[in-house]
Amino acid sequence: MCETCGCGDPNLVSVEVHDKILAANDRTAAHNREHLEEGGVFAVNLMGSPGAGKTAVLEATARAVRGRIGVIAGDLETERDADRLRAVGVPAAAITTGSACHLDAEMVHHALHDFPWQKLEYLFVENVGNLVCPAVYDLGQAVNVVALSVTEGEDKPLKYPVMFRKADLVLLTKVDLLPHLDFDVAAVEAALGRVMPRPEVIRLSARTGEGVPAWLEWLKARRRAVPQAAAGGHGRAHDHAHHPPVAR
Amino acid sequence: MHEYSLVSALVDRVEREARARNAVAVHKLSVRIGALSGVEPQLFASAFTLCQQGLLEKATLDIRRAEAAWACPDCGTAITDGQALRCAACGVPAKLVSGDEILLEQIEMEVP
Repeated sequence: MCETCGCGDPNLVSVEVHDKILAANDRTAAHNREHLEEGGVFAVNLMGSPGAGKTAVLEATARAVRGRIGVIAGDLETERDADRLRAVGVPAAAITTGSACHLDAEMVHHALHDFPWQKLEYLFVENVGNLVCPAVYDLGQAVNVVALSVTEGEDKPLKYPVMFRKADLVLLTKVDLLPHLDFDVAAVEAALGRVMPRPEVIRLSARTGEGVPAWLEWLKARRRAVPQAAAGGHGRAHDHAHHPPVAR
Repeated sequence: MHEYSLVSALVDRVEREARARNAVAVHKLSVRIGALSGVEPQLFASAFTLCQQGLLEKATLDIRRAEAAWACPDCGTAITDGQALRCAACGVPAKLVSGDEILLEQIEMEVP
């Protein structure tokens, strides 16, 4: 109670904070990024709707660069995506999120502890299929890539601007289906120009392999742009305390 | 619905601040949510009511919305959200000036 004048009003203080609500996630993401860059591992956060073809893109990628990539796959339930990738020879771990609609930096950090990521050139984090929530959480990736399939409609970038604004690259997937659809590629590219400051699009078909070389070139060029990754890391051991998983 | 996990992070942060000042109750929180932050203010507000207990039981939540604002990084000209995100004069990609923030701005608390 106010003791200055005895009025009986509660003693209120106003504290200015101006702090990011996701500051804790951002700190863990920075920690992940530091380890990955030191290890010379180029991390890709692959996002997109359920069924956009994220796993198929990774299978096609694995066939082209066998032995140098690893995948951490997030899904609400099942290890099916990780199983598909292991079947094509890719080390893969699953993060089953239960009901969480996205991966966060802590989940990725925890998954990395049980995963031989140090020897990789590329680590793909296949996020939960969702065009909204994953865009909000930094995981420690070097780049964000969004898979958008030609069966989803040209207006998706305008409907989900938050996701596409964060994208460094959009993979327009399932382009082998274009002859059967009324999908206007120019319209989707124009829409991307209104939500992405630096729109980059690669047309890709995991089925025919179209666009896979361009995608691999893009990855190589981006990886070269990260100084530590290009030089190759020294694979320093992970020397800090291991946090138990946090219940969500 | 990631708003629930955001609110959990908010509540943790506020409780820590309140305990550090021996507060007996938190009266009001002010947060700023950008139009391009990926957070839906209404969902955020309803998630908050589900997390209210203890020090935050009677707290009100003031959500301030920040509109998306883009500008040319070279000449500073504003670029309207929803248009092509490139400066017509300089030809360079626009930069987001505000609109992606998810901030805890202010806590009003009752102290002994």
